[in-house]
Amino acid sequence: MGFLDIDNVTKSYGAVKVLNETEISVEEGEFLVLVGPSGCGKSTLLNMIAGLEDVTSGDISINGRRVNDVKPAERNIAMVFQSYALYPNMTVRGNISFGMEMHGVPKAEREEKIAKVADLLQITNLLDRKPGQLSGGQRQRVAMGRALTRDPDVFLFDEPLSNLDAKLRVDMRTEIKKLHQKLGTTIVYVTHDQIEALTLSTRIAVMFGGNVQQLGTPQEIYDNPANMFVAGFMGSPAMNLLPARLERVNGAMCAVLKVGDGSTITVPFPRAEDLTEGADIVLGIRPEAMTDPEGADRDSNALTETELPIDVVEPAGSDTYVTVALGGKDAIGRFRAHNPAKAGQPARFTFDMAKAVAFDPETETRLA
Amino acid sequence: MATAPTSEAVTAGTGTPPPGGKTRASVNIPRIVLYVILGLFCIYYLLPLYVMLSNSLKPLNEITSGGMMALPSDWTLAAWRSAWSEAQVGVAATGLKPYFANSFFMVIPAVAIATLLGALNGYVLTKWRFRGDTILFGLILFGCFIPFQIVLIPMARALGFLNISGTVSGLIFVHVIYGVSFSTLYFRNYYAAFPTELVRAAQIDGAGFFTIFYRILLPNSGPIAVVCVIWLFTNIWNDFLFGASFSDFDSQPMTVALNNLVQSSTGVKEYNVHFAGAIMAALPTLFVYIVAGRFFVRGLMTGSVKG
Amino acid sequence: MAQPMTGRSLRDWLPKLVLSPTVAMMAIFVYGFIFFTTYLSFTDSRMLPSYEWVGFDNYATLFKLRTWDIAVNNLLIFGGLYIGICCLLGLTLAILLDQKIRAEGFIRTIYLYPMALSFIVTGVAWKWFLDPGIGLEAVVQGWGWESFEFDWIKDRDMAIYTVVIAAVWQTSGFVMATFLAGLRGIDGEMLKAAEVDGASTFALYRRIVIPQLRPAFLSAFVVLAHMAIKSYDLVVALTNGGPGTATEVPATFMYSYTFTRNQMGVGAASAEIMLLTIAAVIIPYLWSELREKK
Repeated sequence: MGFLDIDNVTKSYGAVKVLNETEISVEEGEFLVLVGPSGCGKSTLLNMIAGLEDVTSGDISINGRRVNDVKPAERNIAMVFQSYALYPNMTVRGNISFGMEMHGVPKAEREEKIAKVADLLQITNLLDRKPGQLSGGQRQRVAMGRALTRDPDVFLFDEPLSNLDAKLRVDMRTEIKKLHQKLGTTIVYVTHDQIEALTLSTRIAVMFGGNVQQLGTPQEIYDNPANMFVAGFMGSPAMNLLPARLERVNGAMCAVLKVGDGSTITVPFPRAEDLTEGADIVLGIRPEAMTDPEGADRDSNALTETELPIDVVEPAGSDTYVTVALGGKDAIGRFRAHNPAKAGQPARFTFDMAKAVAFDPETETRLA
Repeated sequence: MATAPTSEAVTAGTGTPPPGGKTRASVNIPRIVLYVILGLFCIYYLLPLYVMLSNSLKPLNEITSGGMMALPSDWTLAAWRSAWSEAQVGVAATGLKPYFANSFFMVIPAVAIATLLGALNGYVLTKWRFRGDTILFGLILFGCFIPFQIVLIPMARALGFLNISGTVSGLIFVHVIYGVSFSTLYFRNYYAAFPTELVRAAQIDGAGFFTIFYRILLPNSGPIAVVCVIWLFTNIWNDFLFGASFSDFDSQPMTVALNNLVQSSTGVKEYNVHFAGAIMAALPTLFVYIVAGRFFVRGLMTGSVKG
Repeated sequence: MAQPMTGRSLRDWLPKLVLSPTVAMMAIFVYGFIFFTTYLSFTDSRMLPSYEWVGFDNYATLFKLRTWDIAVNNLLIFGGLYIGICCLLGLTLAILLDQKIRAEGFIRTIYLYPMALSFIVTGVAWKWFLDPGIGLEAVVQGWGWESFEFDWIKDRDMAIYTVVIAAVWQTSGFVMATFLAGLRGIDGEMLKAAEVDGASTFALYRRIVIPQLRPAFLSAFVVLAHMAIKSYDLVVALTNGGPGTATEVPATFMYSYTFTRNQMGVGAASAEIMLLTIAAVIIPYLWSELREKK
């Protein structure tokens, strides 16, 4: 039994099921990110935790108490909305104090808390302004301030950064992480941005089609995606998913991939040692495991060097992405910046197969 | 409206194209024609108002001798005085004063109640949605469009049953019922665009159904409340059918009294008094229109364009 | 989309409770009354409602009445001309006003103010202005044009057109505003594209702008049709149905048959016909408007 328990929860609208039997247990102080494309059920789940939508079946408990039939205001949660949801007719002070007022907190105590929170978020100078006079980042802070005054058991964030411009988003992301480190409150955070998920969370639930595809630490999710959906969704550029065949060469299990010109390359694949020889698999390999030889991770024990013809070269400042045809798909490799690779010419690649995974092409789940 | 993209785009190029014309050479003549046409239409729309106003300030003989279009040569407020407090309306020579008051006593409560109900309905229909709410709204909306002739007979009986027939209260009752459809329409459309996240945030903050309405929605409903009040005020003030059907001599609204004044077949037709009375009946709504025309137009548009 | 919040009990039914007075009012005073009037139209009610079922007798009587015939004909003439002229005039004025006019707001205010007036006021103003004895005819004759005649309001064949004149005066500004809003809602970039394509102003309006005003036309039509069918006050104030029965319309017919001629059954039947006519226009309109919103 965790601090926040989602126990076998489903949600249907009439005949349409938007969330299938979902099990998530969150420990106190964790930062859980629900991530997935739109329509995956993540916001529905968050709204059910908040009490803004009914649970069709299953139970939600917070701090040991089943809250299915508890009003949102009595769940001891706080929520930060995508649009910030600041009351336009009230000042910042009014916005922050409204919740406490509703909960019958005496005025002196409210003032004290407002001052504390405003100080923490550096919005003291904004307290007498109306939301309409604030910038996006300032509104974001006020929305968090409003949530902070509640001393909630659980903080809920519903895509809080998606309305900010790119630079501010990165800044606020850091602020939220700092805030979590400082306060240690349990957080459930919904986003469709996989980078936010990876940077902020202590654990991630990747969702798709009303199901949790994988629940794990950012490292687990990134290194060992449970299936091809997770592999493709998390990480940018996405993991290369390349049809391949397993063959044993000189006693070692190898992945055999078609190259653009019709020939094949054979790469030793120790992780697949226990899989069936001759099986068709989908090889999952991240761009950073397909590098120029000088850029490879020298500590890895499964490096293979080979030469491949390059189709496209895309310099991206700190790195250069190169595209090659592999297994009938476009595979992207990550070279260091300033290297001589040219489109239409072959280049040396190093595959780090210790970081590669294998998926079943039928079920799309990870085999190794 | 002045910087609308359409007008800019339409007039880009020549800067001043004549309506439907292609002339590019002389810029000014079509432009002048355009203003002359617009000016003539101004005269067309203002003419009846001029006729009412100028003739209400003349003695009767200036009108009957063919001087309707002329300005008064002998300015007098006698017709106004007569229309206000002396003229024979129906059975009594009271002028229109008591009926003017009746209209106010009828309009103010009716508008207030219908607006409040409409605001609550709009709130429920957009922020507390339930199965079948759109159909229910459609059924309420249909009330805006029924020909009121269809309810005249049963309403006459219902007012009798409620013991308020022939009273101002009865008229208030009727106007509230058939005004709620409009106010619900206005508030529902307005609240539909009101961010639902605010309501959710307030729920999490611990506000209940009425607190959310009172503290979050109402303070942000200024514009639509003005639109709604103006629309209802204009409609109810200007109503004739219900007034004629459900009022007695002492509870008649202004429109009915004015019509009685004008249609009464006894004695000399005092056109100047009729015109003065007509302006009196028009003044409150005209005043509202001039002061808050923007909202009046918005109300008209909401009532038709966005059902 | 808003969802009803969690929990049963009070929180679930409170919103519905708040809505219930309106629902009850609509159920009784709109739908109940429609039902009641419909029922009466099948009874032999005269001065007071009676519950003696007579089937379609009232409708048969109604359709044989010459006055009803006149009323329906008048409505067709009035409605057709009223809607047609209002749309034409409204569109013309809207396009003229859309040419970057100086003092546009002021001109709009003048065009639209009659909409704020009661039809009774409009009726009184036009009644005397069109009266041949003192109004336009007398004035023009007084200016020296002795043979000038304009006595439509006293002419059985022409009186209905004076109703059109007054009604158009009152409502055309509103139609202008509807079209102007439609014009202002058209995407400016598209117009720029058309200009780059070499369209003349005339072609721009005919080929690009006016076809896009369809929604504005539709809503103007719905509002005008519905006003035409309901029109009662204006006729009463302007001509009171006369001369004779020359300007009788269904709305005045219903009133006089029900309340002054004590033929309640026939009056109810005529109200029924009015309702069905309006419903035929309004229900498809509401249906499409509400469906689009989903």
